[in-house]
Amino acid sequence: MLTEGERREILEDAERSGHRRAAGLGALKIVQRHRGWVSDETLRETAKLLQMTPDELDSVATFFSLIFRKPVGRHVILVCDSVSCWIMGYDEVREHLKARIGIGLGETTADGRFTMLPIACLGACDRAPAMMVDEELYGNLTPEKIDEILAAYSEDAG
Amino acid sequence: MEKPLTEGMRPDGQPLSLKEYERLGGYQAWRKALTAMAPGEVTDEVKKADLRGRGGAGFPAGEKWSYVPSPEDVAGPRYVVANADEMEPGTFKDRLLMERNPHQLIEGMALCAYAIQANVAYIFLRWEYGKPARALERALAEACEANYLGRNVLGTGFRLEMRLHVSAGRYVCGEAMAVLNVLEGRRAIPRTKPPHPTISGLRGKPTVVNNVETLSNVPHIIRKGAEWFRGLSLVPSDSGTKLYGVSGRVRRPGLWELPMGTPLREILEGCAGGMQDGCRLRGLLPGGASTEFLTDQHLSVRMDFDSLLTAGSRLGTGAVIVLDDTKCPVGMVHNLEAFFARESCGWCTPCRDGLPWTAQLLQAIEEGQGRPGDVERLDLHTRLIGPGFTFCYLAPGAMEPLRSALKWFREDFERHIRDRRCPWR
Repeated sequence: MLTEGERREILEDAERSGHRRAAGLGALKIVQRHRGWVSDETLRETAKLLQMTPDELDSVATFFSLIFRKPVGRHVILVCDSVSCWIMGYDEVREHLKARIGIGLGETTADGRFTMLPIACLGACDRAPAMMVDEELYGNLTPEKIDEILAAYSEDAG
Repeated sequence: MEKPLTEGMRPDGQPLSLKEYERLGGYQAWRKALTAMAPGEVTDEVKKADLRGRGGAGFPAGEKWSYVPSPEDVAGPRYVVANADEMEPGTFKDRLLMERNPHQLIEGMALCAYAIQANVAYIFLRWEYGKPARALERALAEACEANYLGRNVLGTGFRLEMRLHVSAGRYVCGEAMAVLNVLEGRRAIPRTKPPHPTISGLRGKPTVVNNVETLSNVPHIIRKGAEWFRGLSLVPSDSGTKLYGVSGRVRRPGLWELPMGTPLREILEGCAGGMQDGCRLRGLLPGGASTEFLTDQHLSVRMDFDSLLTAGSRLGTGAVIVLDDTKCPVGMVHNLEAFFARESCGWCTPCRDGLPWTAQLLQAIEEGQGRPGDVERLDLHTRLIGPGFTFCYLAPGAMEPLRSALKWFREDFERHIRDRRCPWR
């Protein structure tokens, strides 16, 4: 069930958009901010709220790589696999991450801490190879630097 | 050397505040346009400045604006959209412009809005650009507070509302027509042209979609004039400055604002410091992932739209991606095609089916599974997936690095197939 707060936020956003349909992506992002991902149930409820069919809203949800239709870990690692990062060591970054957290791209660790996903060019090509963890950007990655970054996310309360 | 886009940026990386921007002459163009220029005069000045689109296609911005019908001919709303969905691999210029000087973009958008008499403007920003988003949010609030935006801008009666729209991933969303679909809440599939967005864009209304760097140039053109802007360029066929980026194994990867038409060698060696020790230049993409490879025999080419076309490539976004001899050219092209295949929206068959097929064939060659005839098969696909068979430029753009790689690195492809292995592995 969407909470009262979520419903209000979605409707306010729809109001600002001026068109309910145009608010679809915004609504999905609101849901995801509160819940981490968009379940079938919340998708159906959100669609109803916006007077769309669930299929209409799902066609939008499934298009965008950063709308998650499956549960993700508490921290999402987005590894840039575009060409400048590839030249500067993307393969090594991916393999080091794999070895450290024990999962491949598209997977979530058993403790639910990390999900690792590929991402299109992060626009940090002067600091390649690069990745994001949640909303934070990290560049000039080396195995040592990756270990430090992972440690910071492993020691938190999450 | 003048650097209108970047001079005055703070060395600490923080965005310029409204006060700081005003001290640099910020919003003077906006005042001038609103109080002393007719909308058509703004368009004419941009036209005379010959400002070409910095998003990759190089279409003249003023001409684009002039296609929007006047309110007398077509009543109703019209829109300005700043395309800030920067995702062309190798490109990181709009990030800098928005992070460090967000008001410059806002003023450029405002001038465009006035020129086409739009009252609503959107910044279409990719989700991953969190720092630019925060800079823009603050700048938008400051601009509203100072009455540069709002219901009655500077007391002139002109109304302008500006909204930041944050997307949620996928390269194809930055395609001009796909941007409009996302803003309408649809899947980011492109639309057929014509009608062009300037006639029927957002919600079927006249819309100008311009790149961030393009719009950021506009305040300077209006403040200092078209003649001044044309004079910034080193070549008569082009105008202004350009943000050039270099990434790959060079000594100093980075971004520089230089006169349009600066020779490639100067950017690569003078600014980026040349190749790192122990590696040699094999080739480069001069303007992002969707441009044709050039090699060391092209270093004297000037980096402007016409010169690069003559050299067999494109200026694109001006983002130079350097391939060195420690990396496999077939592997690099495979990386590029796998990217385009993944990012295809799936609407047009040559793109949806052809790109994955091309990527798989390249992977097979890279892994030593290539067969005689594969290079010719790739050749054929660069034609079948080329211009004219798809709604947008994603797939034809994807073929540019492949086609040129088959030309410049053909022996590397043949060797992979002959030896049944990648020599770099």
